[in-house]
Amino acid sequence: MNDIKIVAFLCNWCTYTAADLAGTSRLKYEPEVRIIRLMCSSRIDPVFILKALMDGADGVLVGGCAPGDCHYSKGNYYARRKVAVAKTIAESMGINTERIRLSWIPASEGPLFAEVVNEFTEKIKELGDNPTKNEVYL
Amino acid sequence: MKESIPKIGVYVCHCGSNISGKVNVSEVVEYATGLPNVESAQEYKFMCSDPGQQLIISDVKEKGLNRVVVASCSPRMHEKTFRLATQTAGLNPYYFQMACIREHDSWVTENPEKATLKAKDLVRGAVARVAHHEPLTPRVVDINPNVLVIGGGIAGMQAALDIADAGKKVFLVEREPTIGGNMSKFDKTFPTLDCAACISTPKLVAVGQHKNIELMTYSELIDLKGFVGNFTATIKKKARYVDASKCTGCGICSEKCPSKKILSEFDHQLTYRTAIYTPFPQAVPNTRVIDKEHCLYFKKGKCKACEKFCEADAIDFNQKDEIIDVEIGSVIIATGFKTFDPTPLTQYGFGRFKEVYTSIQFERVNNATGPTSGEITTKDGRKPESVAIIHCVGSRDQNHNKYCSRVCCMYSMKFAHLVKEKTGAEVYEFYIDIRSPGKGYEEFYNRLQEEGTHFIRGKVSEVTDIVDDPSDQGKLTVVAEDTLARKVRRIPVDMVVLSVGLEPSEGMQDIARMVGFSLDSDGWINELHPKLGPLATASDGIFIAGCCQGPKDIPDTVAQAQGAAGSALSLISREKLAIEATVSVINPNRCMGCLQCENVCVYGAISYNPALNVCEVNEALCKGCGNCASTCPNKAITVKHFNNDEIMWEMEGILSN
Ligand SMILES: Cc1cc2nc3c(=O)[nH]c(=O)nc-3n(C[C@H](O)[C@H](O)[C@H](O)COP(=O)(O)OP(=O)(O)OC[C@H]3O[C@@H](n4cnc5c(N)ncnc54)[C@H](O)[C@@H]3O)c2cc1C
Ligand code: FES
Repeated sequence: MNDIKIVAFLCNWCTYTAADLAGTSRLKYEPEVRIIRLMCSSRIDPVFILKALMDGADGVLVGGCAPGDCHYSKGNYYARRKVAVAKTIAESMGINTERIRLSWIPASEGPLFAEVVNEFTEKIKELGDNPTKNEVYL
Repeated sequence: MKESIPKIGVYVCHCGSNISGKVNVSEVVEYATGLPNVESAQEYKFMCSDPGQQLIISDVKEKGLNRVVVASCSPRMHEKTFRLATQTAGLNPYYFQMACIREHDSWVTENPEKATLKAKDLVRGAVARVAHHEPLTPRVVDINPNVLVIGGGIAGMQAALDIADAGKKVFLVEREPTIGGNMSKFDKTFPTLDCAACISTPKLVAVGQHKNIELMTYSELIDLKGFVGNFTATIKKKARYVDASKCTGCGICSEKCPSKKILSEFDHQLTYRTAIYTPFPQAVPNTRVIDKEHCLYFKKGKCKACEKFCEADAIDFNQKDEIIDVEIGSVIIATGFKTFDPTPLTQYGFGRFKEVYTSIQFERVNNATGPTSGEITTKDGRKPESVAIIHCVGSRDQNHNKYCSRVCCMYSMKFAHLVKEKTGAEVYEFYIDIRSPGKGYEEFYNRLQEEGTHFIRGKVSEVTDIVDDPSDQGKLTVVAEDTLARKVRRIPVDMVVLSVGLEPSEGMQDIARMVGFSLDSDGWINELHPKLGPLATASDGIFIAGCCQGPKDIPDTVAQAQGAAGSALSLISREKLAIEATVSVINPNRCMGCLQCENVCVYGAISYNPALNVCEVNEALCKGCGNCASTCPNKAITVKHFNNDEIMWEMEGILSN
């Protein structure tokens, strides 16, 4: 099996900050995750998720603020719906929806971020290589 | 204009050994040199240091670079620093991208090889992204220096005075006929027991006379449009039917008014007022008001007694409500509180027994301008021998308000002191816990204990007119479980004071909707941040002060008012405001006017233009979250600096090895 790859789209105000905190706290976690910063989790577009899975990602993590805590008030609720759309489409394309995960990780929760990454990485390793990558083109 | 051929400089930081201890920096630099569009790749011990930044600046100039990537710490740490360096090098500051290889890599990865691989991926992503960056310029708008203050209690008055003293214009909107708020009803204030009128009346006068304050009493905000620095407030000035420019405040009209049996709002139903009235003698402005609902002329078309006797010819039955627009740059909300209505707590007998008072009524009883001219007497004129004060009425109560109203313990003890001083009566305080945090507050509690006030720890189960001893006939019996002595106490008293809690003022939902802030589950205004933004709201340029944010005493209210005034002043004295460049834009050629974006925008930044059947973004209101962009089914919306291209290229960059 090749090295797996995980793309994480994180909101600037909570989960990205939590990832920073995991760093400043020197928490060690699995190295396969690559973070892309969005201002809010609501910026996530189902297209980003699907494109990532087709471009070689084995898993996509979307991280936002805890319910009620979105910096833009309600963005994370919209993110939840957008991720649901992505999952529906992924399913119809034969992609295991477990490769897509949405997590609420507050800014103060560095350890939770590390935990989520470890858990998700383990899950993706269990699922193995994403068979869809490089097979479907939009 | 976007530069056509990107020439990228990549700078990888060692961060001492924070990065280089794990990541093979030289290997990353070498790798970066081979990436598309990269003209130069360098490494340095500390990129954020002065020489580090200089390295970027001279490299850009010498090699004619037009894009910069720094691989170092988190952008939340140093994005600003490097944007500035990019700008100093003569480039648009947005021609810059950061790769976080410290917090997200060297510090969290065990294996050096994996860490180096991750750093390469992240650099590749940043290089791919920066090639697609667009130059952006923050928009600059003028700030209107006028401030609107809503609510003329002690908070609103103090804020207005501070701003007006700084030479700025203030519009102070108060919905009652006079300013002053709750404090003007008090006689003494805890814990110093100084006279409330002596400290508040001069403020009323100062506000009324200040050349920079335009006072609008008997007025309400009915709409607020615009954005930080440039709001338009629409205010309804209700008709007083008295010409303020002519009324001298002599009061002959009230004397002659035949409609005399109207319960006084200011005295909380303890006295009567006339249909043409002023709430209290020191009211500011002193202009009378005709209460249309009770005026005989308005009801029956006949009377006009006031008009006949007014020497100043100030009565004007034809006056109409006025709608006025004012232009302002910021708003301070200071709408205060109302007291809890204890009627539903029937066990306390409020409304049933005439000697049961709410605390705010008791303030009036104590006040020299109140119903008894400040004498504490029962309604039939007797001096009380004993008085019960019941704490936490409606507060800390699962069925009513769960929160603690913060001031009730203290004002209850103030009452105990005043009752003792004025009548010598025995005072019984029924409390759950005594809460006296504050300067001089615990000392005040100690003083009360020394004065002989009886503190009984326990919740009152009932106030009844059934007395145990026939000699107590006519008194009320307060029944409570004394949880310290572990027995039920039945205490006969002449008067009962209910220490009712504080609740948000009437109509807060409407203001919240108009102005654009949120309320918590109890109805108090949500501050921007409970610790670091206590006076601001989530809407830029809207500040809060006093009890509208939550129950508090006068010292805290005044401190907040001065803080809010300072915040507003610091905003308006900037004169110009840079609006973030990272906002949404709608391509009118792709937009089909479906309004889905408008629907998801919590800032009201998107509006529909029916003439063109497209939606449009108000850049000043947009905060750049990007929700609309990913909601738009036609992909007609992009968020500057987080557009689809930029995000997709970063992603492809990361994944393409
Ligand atoms: C019985 C009692 C005794 C107290 N005793 C003391 C004491 O001894 N010492 C002490 O430090 N604190 C005391 N307090 C607390 C004190 O009353 C408050 O701290 C203070 O009054 C808060 O001032 P404020 O300006 O925030 O609110 P308020 O005094 O309530 O003023 C708010 C003003 O806004 C106006 N308003 C409301 N809504 C609108 C609207 N939509 N449009 C326009 N205007 C509006 C109201 O009419 C009012 O004039 C006591 C409180 C109570 C209930
Ligand atoms: S800002 Fe974190 S989810 Fe919206």
